[in-house]
Amino acid sequence: MLDFVIESVIKVVVVFAVLMLFVAYTTWIERKVLGRIQVRHGPNRVGPFGLLQPIADGLKGFFKEDIIPSNTDRLLYALAPALSIIPALLVVAVIPFGDQFTLFGRTITMRITDINVGLLYILGLAGLGEYGVMLGGWASNNRYGLLGSLRTAAQMISYELALGITLISVIMVSGSLSLVEIVEAQAGLWNVFKPILWVPFILYIICGLAEINRTPFDMPEAESELACGFNIEYSSMKFAMFFMAEYAHAISLAALITCLFLGGWNLPFVATPGFLKLPVFLAKVFALVFFFVWERGTFPRLRYDQIMRFGWKVLMPIALANIVVVGLYYTVIA
Amino acid sequence: MLQNYIPILILFLLAAGFGLGVVVISMFLGPRRPDPSKLSTYECGMEVEPGARQRFDVKYYLVFMAFLVFDVEVVFMYPWAVRFQKLGLFGFVEMLIFLLILLVGYVYIWRKGVLEWE
Repeated sequence: MLDFVIESVIKVVVVFAVLMLFVAYTTWIERKVLGRIQVRHGPNRVGPFGLLQPIADGLKGFFKEDIIPSNTDRLLYALAPALSIIPALLVVAVIPFGDQFTLFGRTITMRITDINVGLLYILGLAGLGEYGVMLGGWASNNRYGLLGSLRTAAQMISYELALGITLISVIMVSGSLSLVEIVEAQAGLWNVFKPILWVPFILYIICGLAEINRTPFDMPEAESELACGFNIEYSSMKFAMFFMAEYAHAISLAALITCLFLGGWNLPFVATPGFLKLPVFLAKVFALVFFFVWERGTFPRLRYDQIMRFGWKVLMPIALANIVVVGLYYTVIA
Repeated sequence: MLQNYIPILILFLLAAGFGLGVVVISMFLGPRRPDPSKLSTYECGMEVEPGARQRFDVKYYLVFMAFLVFDVEVVFMYPWAVRFQKLGLFGFVEMLIFLLILLVGYVYIWRKGVLEWE
């Protein structure tokens, strides 16, 4: 038991540190790739290729004045950034990023834990993540902030619904809520290549992007109309934490898509040698992160009424129909 | 079984420590030179008289209600989805009936104009 706890603590600390590093460097990837898309260089002054930029940004965040506007709700105002980053960091707990390896005669699994309700746990955390944004906008006592947080809340719950319905078809095929079992069931044939499952794959990417508030669904921040939205009154590290939460969400969304549809650590069609599993998983995650940046550089922002209409009137019916079609296929035809 | 949740607890402690720690540290590390205009609400420079917390569109409220109803119904489908392949055709037809009832509510809120944002 003590062994188990010590092993868990070490794993948690290592995964946490690596996740923080990925979060920092996802901002670098985003700025660099967006720069190239817009025919400019992106950050290139701090360190070689601007590689030290995320660290400089973090340090700068700590040493800037932490302004607490006088008519805010002080407690909620201070808590909101923490409330938004904690669920974002907790998602990694159930994501399997590799199989297992042996170190000093101990078999170590490459995941923090495996619970049999993994997907429900992730959906629950997605719901909790909204509190940080909502309370942040509310506590700021600012019209833009309140409007931003209301929009966010309505948008996130609408797409969370479509997301939840989409996931059902994946669970129907996998027969499990545990991410490890879902990944293991995809050895040889990824979910996305199974009949019909490319539909939920596309739906999941769209809903996921709306859920983590990325362009083309970045309503909560809509710089040009809401002057930054819910985080308008935030400064210093509190401001930075909202963005860390956002990038942590982007990474965990990429990891989830990898686990649910792209076979996790499995290579397509062939057996994967043990030492390749972690690199294969990370390659997929970063390919998806690159995709998120790419689409940000490509699509304009939707209007708010378009977003809500699309979520409720287009995605919902497709997601519901998808369950029926998958059900028909796997009971009647297969 | 319950032991699988211990690592989640450890991660939670670490994440909560990080989140709250950074909030506290940033309060002390930066400079602190407040003045009235810096501490005022960041809007257009005018005094914000009644505060921001005024009435807002009832649309949001309706969407939250619709979400609550549908999300609860969706949660019912998760256990079914896990057992789907073992339940076979019978279970599938039962879920179709459930979906049909869900659809009635969906068509109702659509016709009532809850989903209109113009």
